[in-house]
Amino acid sequence: MKYVDEFRDPVLIEQTAAEIRRLAHPDRIYRIMEVCGGHTFAIYRFGLHDLLPANIELVHGPGCPVCVLPMGRIDDGMAIAEDPAVIMAAFGDMMRVPGQMGSPLERKARGMDVRMVYSPLDALKLAGENPDRQVVFFAIGFETTAPSTAFTVLRARALGVRNFTVFSNHVLVMPAIQAILDAPDMRLDGFIGPGHVSAVIGCRPYELVAQDYGKPVVVSGFEPVDLLQSIAMVLRQLNEGRAEVQNQYKRVVPWEGNPAALRALEEVFAVRPEFEWRGLGAIAQSALKLQADFAQWDAETRFAVSGLRVTDPKAAQCGDVLKGALKPRQCQVFGRECTPERPIGALMVSSEGSCAAYYEHVYLRQVAEG
Amino acid sequence: MCLAIPGQLIDAPEENPHYATVEVSGVRRKVNLGLLQEQGVKAGDWVLIHVGFAMSKISEEQAQEQLRLLAMLGEAMQARQEVEGYQFDET
Ligand code: SF4
Repeated sequence: MKYVDEFRDPVLIEQTAAEIRRLAHPDRIYRIMEVCGGHTFAIYRFGLHDLLPANIELVHGPGCPVCVLPMGRIDDGMAIAEDPAVIMAAFGDMMRVPGQMGSPLERKARGMDVRMVYSPLDALKLAGENPDRQVVFFAIGFETTAPSTAFTVLRARALGVRNFTVFSNHVLVMPAIQAILDAPDMRLDGFIGPGHVSAVIGCRPYELVAQDYGKPVVVSGFEPVDLLQSIAMVLRQLNEGRAEVQNQYKRVVPWEGNPAALRALEEVFAVRPEFEWRGLGAIAQSALKLQADFAQWDAETRFAVSGLRVTDPKAAQCGDVLKGALKPRQCQVFGRECTPERPIGALMVSSEGSCAAYYEHVYLRQVAEG
Repeated sequence: MCLAIPGQLIDAPEENPHYATVEVSGVRRKVNLGLLQEQGVKAGDWVLIHVGFAMSKISEEQAQEQLRLLAMLGEAMQARQEVEGYQFDET
């Protein structure tokens, strides 16, 4: 492993890795999904694969917000931004995601008013500074980010800001996990639960995975030791025939989550009957839109949104990679037509996307080593 | 996006319950405290920051670990840029 000496506790890392090797029965294969894109990134960046026995397979989950956003939603957002009165505000991760007519960044180069922001509150500030324009915040993210959007909408109401709306693409982690568990070709044995999503929703929602599907879930931190300990905890449960929810990331994740965040979500958002995910298709009750009370701040009420479904380019196999059916490298266009510099699929855009993480930390190294 | 940024609260949030000044590797910006209503934070406390909001209270030791983690992940610069990019002040 590349960085083992820099770590806070290299001895503990070696010990935990040795324990994993002890726990992993050589006669079976363990398929463990890390749900969160931040975990995928950390696993590749730290080269944790190199510490694991070959029969432990880490499957990369759907927890990268820009990766699961279908192209149709990007086009819908861009269609809103075509109105010259509109300023579209989006996170940096969104700027390079390809739509049918180019990415937001390319559209900006061609004159569209798209601004990169680091916080939804910055979008709200833009609205205050541009009273004669309509500022639309292109909201993406799981339950980690949705409360921040909710607070921003509440703030807009409190301040009486009328030229600010949210184009909500917030998605929910549990329905995605369930869709993966319900897929006919599902072969997963357990889950590494997301860290910061769980700081908001807590650990209780995952009990469904343990109880109804009989799969262990361990909510994990992001350090190498955290991830290795979580893998060991999953293995121990599997070996003992247990399926429980365990919290390895207690220092940040309370079992009950963050009540203030959950209240804000409840107040501002309603669950959509269904929402289209890239690669996973339509999933029931898997995304958030603004409550009717907040229609004034809802971009989908203020602007006409066509809601067209757009299929991904044929050669792109993002869906299969997202479901864990293919490894990034097995996609036909990986490293050829599709690279982080010129992404075809969204998994190549964000550093949390499994294709980009694999490309930067495994593929380039292998190419360099011949 | 998923990697939260550790910072230390510089001023007492009593004056404005919604916002406090946070310091992240020498950069000072406002962050929103709405998500920590229950925890009751004060000047000197360490928090994890995500898109302009303090999302969890953590110990100083955890904050140092998180900084190391960001550095090892090659994300320290980006984290600093993000905090520098917060322009909202007390919007
Ligand atoms: S290589 Fe590109 S097109 Fe293929 S799955 Fe990855 S992101 Fe999608």
